[in-house]
Amino acid sequence: MTAPAATGAPRLGGRGRSVRYRLNAWLPVLATCVILVLMLGAGQAVFGDFVSPRLLSSLFDNNPFLIVLAVGMTFVILTGGIDLSVGSVIAFSGLLGAQLFAAGWPAAAVLPLMVLSGTLIGAVVGVMVAFFDIQPFIASLAGMFLARGLAYVTSLKALPIHNDALNWLLGTSWGVGDWTTTPGVLLSLLLVAIAFWVFHYTRFGRTVYAVGGNEQSARLMGLAVTRTVFLVYLISGTCAGIAGVLFASYTQSGNPLAGLGMELQAIAAVVIGGTILTGGSGYVIGSLFGVLVYGLIQISITYMSVDSWWTYIVIGVMLLLFVVFQRAIAARRRR
Amino acid sequence: MIALRILRHRLFWPIVALVLLVAINTLSRPSFLSITIKHGALYGSSIDILRNSSQLMLVALGMTLVIATRGIDLSVGAVLAVAGAVSLTYIEASPEPGSVGTVTVAVALGLLVTLVLGAWNGFLVSVVRIQPIIATLLLMFAGRGIAMLITKGQITTVTSAPYAEFASGVILGLPVAFLIAVVVVAIVGLLVRRTALGVLMEAVGINPEASRLAGVQSRGIIWSVYAISGLLAGMAGILYSSNIMAADANNAGLNIEVDAILAVVIGGTSLAGGKFSIAGTVIGVLIIQTLTTSITFLGIPPAVTPVFKAVVVIVICLMQSRRVRGLLAVRRRPVAPSVPGTAAIDASAAVSK
Amino acid sequence: MPSTVVAELRDITIAFPGVKALDGVDLVLRAGEIHALMGENGAGKSTLIKALTGVYAIDSGTVEVGGRPRRFSGTADAQAAGIATVYQEVNLCTNLSVGENVMLGREVRGRLGIDWSATHRAARTALELLGLQIDTRTSLSSHSIAVQQLIAIARATVLESAVLVLDEPTSSLDRSEVEQLFAVVRRMRDTGVAVLFVTHFLDQVYELCDRITVLRNGRRVGEFPTAELPRRELVSTMLGRELARLEAIEDRALAVGAADSTVPVLRVEDLGRKGVIAGASLELRPGEIVGLAGLLGSGRTELARLLYGADRPDAGHAEVHGRPARLSSPRAALAHRIAFSSEDRRSEGIIPDLSVRENLVLAVQAQRGWARPLSRTQQDAIVERYMTSLGVQPPMPARSSATCRAATSRRCSWAAGSPRIPSSSSWTSPPAASTSVRRRRSSVRSRTSRPAASRCCSSRRSSRRSCASRSASTCCKTGISSPKSSTRRTSTWMTSSP
Repeated sequence: MTAPAATGAPRLGGRGRSVRYRLNAWLPVLATCVILVLMLGAGQAVFGDFVSPRLLSSLFDNNPFLIVLAVGMTFVILTGGIDLSVGSVIAFSGLLGAQLFAAGWPAAAVLPLMVLSGTLIGAVVGVMVAFFDIQPFIASLAGMFLARGLAYVTSLKALPIHNDALNWLLGTSWGVGDWTTTPGVLLSLLLVAIAFWVFHYTRFGRTVYAVGGNEQSARLMGLAVTRTVFLVYLISGTCAGIAGVLFASYTQSGNPLAGLGMELQAIAAVVIGGTILTGGSGYVIGSLFGVLVYGLIQISITYMSVDSWWTYIVIGVMLLLFVVFQRAIAARRRR
Repeated sequence: MIALRILRHRLFWPIVALVLLVAINTLSRPSFLSITIKHGALYGSSIDILRNSSQLMLVALGMTLVIATRGIDLSVGAVLAVAGAVSLTYIEASPEPGSVGTVTVAVALGLLVTLVLGAWNGFLVSVVRIQPIIATLLLMFAGRGIAMLITKGQITTVTSAPYAEFASGVILGLPVAFLIAVVVVAIVGLLVRRTALGVLMEAVGINPEASRLAGVQSRGIIWSVYAISGLLAGMAGILYSSNIMAADANNAGLNIEVDAILAVVIGGTSLAGGKFSIAGTVIGVLIIQTLTTSITFLGIPPAVTPVFKAVVVIVICLMQSRRVRGLLAVRRRPVAPSVPGTAAIDASAAVSK
Repeated sequence: MPSTVVAELRDITIAFPGVKALDGVDLVLRAGEIHALMGENGAGKSTLIKALTGVYAIDSGTVEVGGRPRRFSGTADAQAAGIATVYQEVNLCTNLSVGENVMLGREVRGRLGIDWSATHRAARTALELLGLQIDTRTSLSSHSIAVQQLIAIARATVLESAVLVLDEPTSSLDRSEVEQLFAVVRRMRDTGVAVLFVTHFLDQVYELCDRITVLRNGRRVGEFPTAELPRRELVSTMLGRELARLEAIEDRALAVGAADSTVPVLRVEDLGRKGVIAGASLELRPGEIVGLAGLLGSGRTELARLLYGADRPDAGHAEVHGRPARLSSPRAALAHRIAFSSEDRRSEGIIPDLSVRENLVLAVQAQRGWARPLSRTQQDAIVERYMTSLGVQPPMPARSSATCRAATSRRCSWAAGSPRIPSSSSWTSPPAASTSVRRRRSSVRSRTSRPAASRCCSSRRSSRRSCASRSASTCCKTGISSPKSSTRRTSTWMTSSP
């Protein structure tokens, strides 16, 4: 690290070095892609007719809300934080929508309010983390309780939702042949694209990376660290609100138990997508692939008609592999 | 002066909270504190709280030790489920489910498996050096899958009188589950405070690098802390399954990690590691259990419990937050946290002149 | 030349618990001038800089920048007011590219967000002004600390500030890099920037600076034009002592090293670690103090850490009392009764929330293992011994070490090493193989040569202090020796082995 010999050279780092740097940074995402392809290949080899337009479409169709959650979670994790409140927000947002629809409110008012309910919880968590220096884990835990509690306060039991606008989101199917998609999926992919742009083409996005890399330095560099950290949780909460809308559309109901443990699925998807939990390294595209891997595991397990608990175990093993992989990369970099 | 010291004692506010909770309960229903004796056993709301708190007590105890070393154990709920699954599956498969021998082997087996799971967490944290949240998250995911694998996804129900004793038995008028928790708390308390383990754990938790340079073998300490946490979660799992006499891989210990962390934090142990208080954790557990009980007791719909917990967490966190403390204490501090060490060195240099 | 005042600090007072770090200090920075801030360690230089750059809030006094009074509530405020800072420790983000680090917060924006090619071009221009040809798309972490320091300076130039604060920027640079830096600083001065330059190297002050402000013990001694303050007077102004007394110390320095007959307590050969130190050898004999010389980044701290096993050596071998020893971890080194006092006491030396007592006995307890706790009596004996021998004041073993004055906690951390070490096994850190150091004698200040537990001390602070009186192109490291609680003062400088 402090090799004195290297300092004298006037020209440092050729073309090869910068290519290698970017390759290194994308390596975890590439690994996720490779795993995705390998899994598809293995499925094809074992089941014969595994890979089909229908399967690929359903990978997206089954999990648009998880994609949206993962996008928000990527923001948080890149700063080195974590947001446990998102799963509960889905329940709160869904039930709020159900109640408002039942009261006869128009969709144009209800849908924004459902999203804002998530923003609100995100703001509470963000204030605690950014302004009061409370550990993200605990602050978002409080957010999780708060959202779940508010969900129960809204309604103690599941409520059906009958609303055309909401149904349209995931109920409409557009497609060519067996390739199908829904407005909700397109919305989630649009969010991924927007997030990618924010991360890589705005100062805010770069500050997110800087904070995750070294918060102390970021502060001394005069970056708006506090504001960035706050906004990150606000974004995550808002994404959770949007995911709540999608989930309500998916289940056509609001349920106080909705989204139970979904924060963990989102975290798992982000980690499998190659984002390092200590922050500062990773790509939102990776999180999308992470969700796809997650979805593929679920589908394969149904396909193999083995018991559903294998999902947990496979995801656990998958996470282990990725975390150890990241450790190895980090250890190599340090040397 | 003495009044100030009592006020400053870190268990002061937790105790006040507990007393307040009990007072509110007693005022709203005077029978809250009354204890009656039926068939040689004590009955009453307070006894119920003690019995029901035993599982959380065991889990929170392990969590205290883990948090003291700057870690966290998210897998306790899943490990708890595994313990119940292992023990009850063994009893179900054995020819004599009712015999004491079978139960002993079943319990030993359950605890052994959870000890191994805890050691696995410890291995990931101390040897592979994965962040504790992540390392234990793995088992939080996979653990429930393992539990379901053992029970084949069924809710295994058994009848075994000796096994049921753990939850429903009574010794000297007190619930066995409570006594187990008390004994374990005492043993662990002695273990960490009568040996140097407690101080070494705190040293590792407060400043891992300085501890390493002082020759503290943090690896072994961290490893054993997670193993202990796994074992204690296993004990809680035995109590849980004994209570319902069924291994429910899905719901056993659901969210208990959250309650346990909460209890530890309420008890005054900082999540940043370091100084820990087992007595504080015990009080924290009692507060949570009393809160849960009193919500039903006071006729509030139990579904609102999370909101109460959220308020408690937020208030406690804000109390611990530097910003709020700064406002209360009106003491100066750097605008931005300084580069670690530099402020201190500046000050020290000025002093040492 | 009548230059305009750009920034003015008046009557600044900053107090930390128990100590006034700054007491009514004034500082005036003028456009087109390079201003040196001088003073011993602890004189308050860093605190003053942090007050100027918004890291610390000031207790009283005023800050004016560009003629307007300011109240900074953070570094961002100070930057917005036109104050750019380069810190001694590189404060950049290693996970980002070189170009991003230079431009972070100042990226060139096009219609679709950040225009990366323009941003990297701007970064490249800034680096080229410093004479650095770097592919700005490479990772920051792939460059050496020295280059990272230059990158940090490039960042400061991009900010186009009115005031540039350089807090010991040269400590990790070699001669040619220093030249590059000075050229840039002069160029910036000529464009009307006010530069505040903090360094320990007197040569550099006289080479670069127009004016000097000297601090001592948190007070301003005075402001002098460089031309009117000869070097010797500057030194005595900084130290607040007569020059004659300082020279007397020089005469007292002893020539040691002839006693080759004894078996070395510690001998290492070709001790090295990949990417850190290329193999160093040294011998330490009973009753010896060895100074270690070298610039920051030369490997002196790193070698001291290798000797203690704080970092694991991957080459060479060591002998303790003539017998082969593996110093693979602090624990192993402690078993050979080698102790260590880190230069970064707060993060490596003490356990803040534990009591002074617990800190003092920690290393002993760690050696015994957790299952054999020291009894209260044993603890008290150790604490008593070290409280008195190290002069810990006030003697309050139950107090949390975090609340102690820093000097006290330093002593605690020293003692916390391994009190049971017999005084004969003393040794200190040797010079690194990579340093080239003139042969020099040095004095060891009496404070460091207290009959303490024998430690390997790689204290940057104490070393700076002892070399402040001489040409600052060399710095030393001192260690303590305590043969049977006599306060024998010996010291030697070792020339570097090639």
